[in-house]
Amino acid sequence: MDGGAILARLKTKLGPRLTETHAHRGDHTAVVTRDGITEALAFCRDEPELRFDLLSDLTAVDYLRYPGREDGPRFDVVYHLYSVPHRHRVRLRVPVEQDDPVVPTATGLWPIANWLEREVWDMFGIRFEGHPDLRRLLLYEEFQGHPLRKDYPMDRRQPLIGPIV
Amino acid sequence: MGVGSGGFFTSKLDQAIGWARKYSIFQYPFVTACCGMEYMATSCSHYDIDRFGAGLPRFSPRQADVLFVVGTISHKMAPVLKRIYDQMCEPKWVVAFGVCTCTGGFYNNYATVQGIDTIIPVDIYIPGCPPRPESVIDGLMKLQDKIAAGAQRY
Repeated sequence: MDGGAILARLKTKLGPRLTETHAHRGDHTAVVTRDGITEALAFCRDEPELRFDLLSDLTAVDYLRYPGREDGPRFDVVYHLYSVPHRHRVRLRVPVEQDDPVVPTATGLWPIANWLEREVWDMFGIRFEGHPDLRRLLLYEEFQGHPLRKDYPMDRRQPLIGPIV
Repeated sequence: MGVGSGGFFTSKLDQAIGWARKYSIFQYPFVTACCGMEYMATSCSHYDIDRFGAGLPRFSPRQADVLFVVGTISHKMAPVLKRIYDQMCEPKWVVAFGVCTCTGGFYNNYATVQGIDTIIPVDIYIPGCPPRPESVIDGLMKLQDKIAAGAQRY
């Protein structure tokens, strides 16, 4: 299905919960509010014409002090979907506020979301409500903070053994 | 120096043991990253480190003399490396293979150990990203000199 048609289907389904769409050279993106994301993802996966059966990536972006977005929500959680039978792609973004960094989990839809959400928790400190086992994925339990946040100091070191160099 | 330090017999014995040790290097390859490829190239027939008596890697630290730390060491990996080093029997030597193990290389970030000499003692540093087999062999020969020249422990 054409990318514009996918976005149109999502718009009809979600209504005002789809706040914005964006297309650039075949990259089609929909910005969805947090209360609409679970329904949007389930629709993308189960609708026969969409059939996004592969969650190819789930990540986040920290827009702290980003030009043009100083007052907007700090984080975006980004879902990259691919359909193996239809060979089309779409990207969904969910803006997340700094004071309430919680997003509903996608583990019930795609099992791979389990590890991807753990990585986002590890690196950005965004929690996923309903995740069965939200622990750090890559870093060690003793690590304080979330290193891919823009306000994590570049020179902060937390070695398990040895001096702080 | 050994018993009767400086005497004719013990100094000659030191030389003989040093000579034997420098040609029977059993390495433990602690390979974590891309430098491992260059390490494999050095080990294989084209460059053939068996010419220097270092052709047989041991995959148990208890049977190894030289710890080759090949590749980036993260802070999460650091306790594992320290334990491997502690498990090796004396006498033992450590080679830092590649800039990541020497200084952290270009990984100046939250995750990477800034040089393994902050955790364990290092005898030979082989810089390069990754080092050419020629520099690895150069480092190995310097290590051989160090093994042969050092006071031997029996």
